[in-house]
Amino acid sequence: MSRLAYRAERTFAAPHAHGDGSVGQTMFLVQLALTPATLFGFWLYGWPAFFLWTTTLVSALVFEFFCLRLMGRKAPGRALADGSALLSGWLLAMTLPPWSPWWVGCLGAFIAIVVGKQVFGGLGQNVFNPAMVARVALLISFPLQLTAWVTPLPLVGAGAPGFVDGLYIFLGQTPLPDAMTSASLLGFAKTELARGAELSQAFAAVGAPQVSWLGVRAGSLGESSALLIALGGAFLLGVGIIRWHAPVGVLAGTLIPALIAHALAPERFLDAHTHLFSGALLLGAFFIATDYVTTPATAAGRLAFGLGVGLVTWVIRSLGGYPEGVAFAVLLMNGITPLIDRCTRPRILGRTRGGEAIAAVGKEA
Amino acid sequence: MGLLEKIFASTWGVHPQDYKRPAADLAARAMPTPERLFVPLAQHLGAPALPTVLVGQKVKKGERLADPQGAVSAAIHAPTSGTVSAIGEIAAPHPSGLPVLAVTIDADGADEWCELAPCDDPFALDPDEIGRRVAQAGVVGMGGAAFPSALKLSSSKKAGVNTLVINGGECEPYLSCDDRLMRDEAAAIVDGVRVMLHATGAKRALVGIEDNKPEAIAAMTLAAAPFGDVTVRAVPARYPMGSERQLVLTLTGREIPAGRLPADAGVVVHNVGTARAVSEAIRYGRPLVERLLTVNGGAACAPGNVLAPVGALVEDVLAFAGGLKGEPARLVMGGPMMGMALPHARVPVVKGTSGILALSAAEAVEHEREPCIRCATCVRACPMGLLPLEMARHIESDDLKGAVDIGLKDCIACGCCSYVCPAHVPLVQLFAFAKGSLAAEDRAKQRLEATRKLAQAKNERMAAEAREKAEAAARRKAERAAAKAKAEAEAAAANAEAA
Repeated sequence: MSRLAYRAERTFAAPHAHGDGSVGQTMFLVQLALTPATLFGFWLYGWPAFFLWTTTLVSALVFEFFCLRLMGRKAPGRALADGSALLSGWLLAMTLPPWSPWWVGCLGAFIAIVVGKQVFGGLGQNVFNPAMVARVALLISFPLQLTAWVTPLPLVGAGAPGFVDGLYIFLGQTPLPDAMTSASLLGFAKTELARGAELSQAFAAVGAPQVSWLGVRAGSLGESSALLIALGGAFLLGVGIIRWHAPVGVLAGTLIPALIAHALAPERFLDAHTHLFSGALLLGAFFIATDYVTTPATAAGRLAFGLGVGLVTWVIRSLGGYPEGVAFAVLLMNGITPLIDRCTRPRILGRTRGGEAIAAVGKEA
Repeated sequence: MGLLEKIFASTWGVHPQDYKRPAADLAARAMPTPERLFVPLAQHLGAPALPTVLVGQKVKKGERLADPQGAVSAAIHAPTSGTVSAIGEIAAPHPSGLPVLAVTIDADGADEWCELAPCDDPFALDPDEIGRRVAQAGVVGMGGAAFPSALKLSSSKKAGVNTLVINGGECEPYLSCDDRLMRDEAAAIVDGVRVMLHATGAKRALVGIEDNKPEAIAAMTLAAAPFGDVTVRAVPARYPMGSERQLVLTLTGREIPAGRLPADAGVVVHNVGTARAVSEAIRYGRPLVERLLTVNGGAACAPGNVLAPVGALVEDVLAFAGGLKGEPARLVMGGPMMGMALPHARVPVVKGTSGILALSAAEAVEHEREPCIRCATCVRACPMGLLPLEMARHIESDDLKGAVDIGLKDCIACGCCSYVCPAHVPLVQLFAFAKGSLAAEDRAKQRLEATRKLAQAKNERMAAEAREKAEAAARRKAERAAAKAKAEAEAAAANAEAA
């Protein structure tokens, strides 16, 4: 009988099989889901939006690479290829005003990658969502640039800036023409309310902003098209990258109080429809509140997290000083994620929720 | 299960590609007895058996080679007739390849059975007698854990078990020996189940078979049809359905309390292979000396099921089963999820060997570890409701107690977490490491405690001795003083008399 020469070169521990999937694949699928809304953003806001998006992503990659080098990681190029820095940069770009100058994207990427992620220890270690950290830091530091919304001018339409004009806008050389600046609906409502106007009258006025499923409105680069963002979210749900708990939580957390408040005081509170299609709510529900690293690990925890994000968003939008609150809400809930995790541990089989062994059953049967 | 759990409890477990066919559909092949068999004395959970044969002794097939030793142990029998040529060490079928004691038998080629004690009507036997005969036959759990079956049978009666669960789950990928056995030997299995019902005093038997084995379900249902107390049930194909706690929960709805045995829920679990071995042992008096096992894997030329004698070397089994396509990347005994990687192919088949997998490089591919991104896929996969990612975090920061606090000891080492982890974090491997460290800590603590007790006893003994010595000295001193006083008194009296 022939002798088999095989010798294990070392010991191997079970399991000896592995399922599909990798970190890089997960990140890639999320990026794929973001693509339609991003392309729509380019079409809606023209060349400046494209330049901003590119700058933000490239900056994110460069900062990630240098951080990995500084931390002495072996093969920083390979770690870069997991796509996490690209995704953080991408999500940040989605939330920026589309005609922001180049340094906004660059600085934002720095804050997201270096301050938001790498100082905590890199991928998987950060407490707060990097894109939201950057968004909030920019908003507080540069309120003017971060609220400079433009009227949508479809890329092919008349009056849209061409490639060269777009480059000038992107480089901050051309100030935004007054005719093109516009308020977002949430900002408009906040201003009107602050003036003491009633919402119904304000919206009846000529030129009041509108919202729609399609998303041809003034707003951030990638937040406007509710339809395409929801499509991306549905795709992620379909391929099992995200689960329904966090998105449903966010939407319920905002829409339920919005419905109640609007029914009670329509002159004071925006309706649910407006909340849903405005600002970063849908992007936040499907792409931000579903970030693995900074949200709870259990299904119940994720639902609670989502509800918290939704509710805080509604509170800030309706009662706070800022017209939009998704980023603040996400950061706040990120902070209490460990607490939620602690309170929503699953029950261990054979134990009570408190951790005691359950009583024996079935002997009498 | 509460409403909250219904909403949030995702379906536990994983659905690995099973690779069971075509091996499962091919007829089993009986392997001719190799020239030499190496029968380990420790093939079961518990103490190794004590050899009762001498080198040079002639034995017949089924003759006792070694007696059980201690409360948890099992007898070992000769898998063929021949001569005991050595009682010495052989590499264990374990990743370490550490030596274990084994009886080496040079086969004489006759494969002649010794005299056996058949029984025509097992149901006329006393239930305890069945337990004794099963112990005589050296039957152990054939699903892999190899717990001595007689012990389970006898303790079940005492524990008041009312349900016998028969495990035909075979949830490990690649393996199909139980499937094959159920298709080919359904009547013998059902007979064994009925004997076990009699032995345990259980009222009913539930046979759980994963629904990816329709042929086995059909064969077993047919075989069980005449007997009202044996029910065959299809269970969803999902790893680890064949795990005791999960199968009992699925079949009976009963949850086994943490840290307790199924008997505490009125259930005892036996494998289908064990049921057949019990039938053989009782009906024909045949001890457990051979078993059906699956040879499979990408590097195996002709995957299929092989009836192999206990003690046959893995390399002989592989050669009989059609050989390998070149060098395998990994040899595994058992399934790919929980099986043990073998150090080499010169290790023997034992009673608990359900399969030998020769994995190709593509199957045994090793992934580089990436950082955990807290995706919680492991949380959804864990059949015990644990938080593998949190436990790993505790263990990697040397906080074993923290890991225990959140359920490390409830981990059944099924490997689902490692299987699904997209970052390829070695989760279950970390848990195995932590459990090993804790066990070592416990042992060290016990040793320390024993040393402390000895030292204390010595101190007490020394103190007692010193005390006794001091007392004796004091006594002697007192005696001397008394004698002196007496002498002085006498002297004084004499003086007085003289004066």
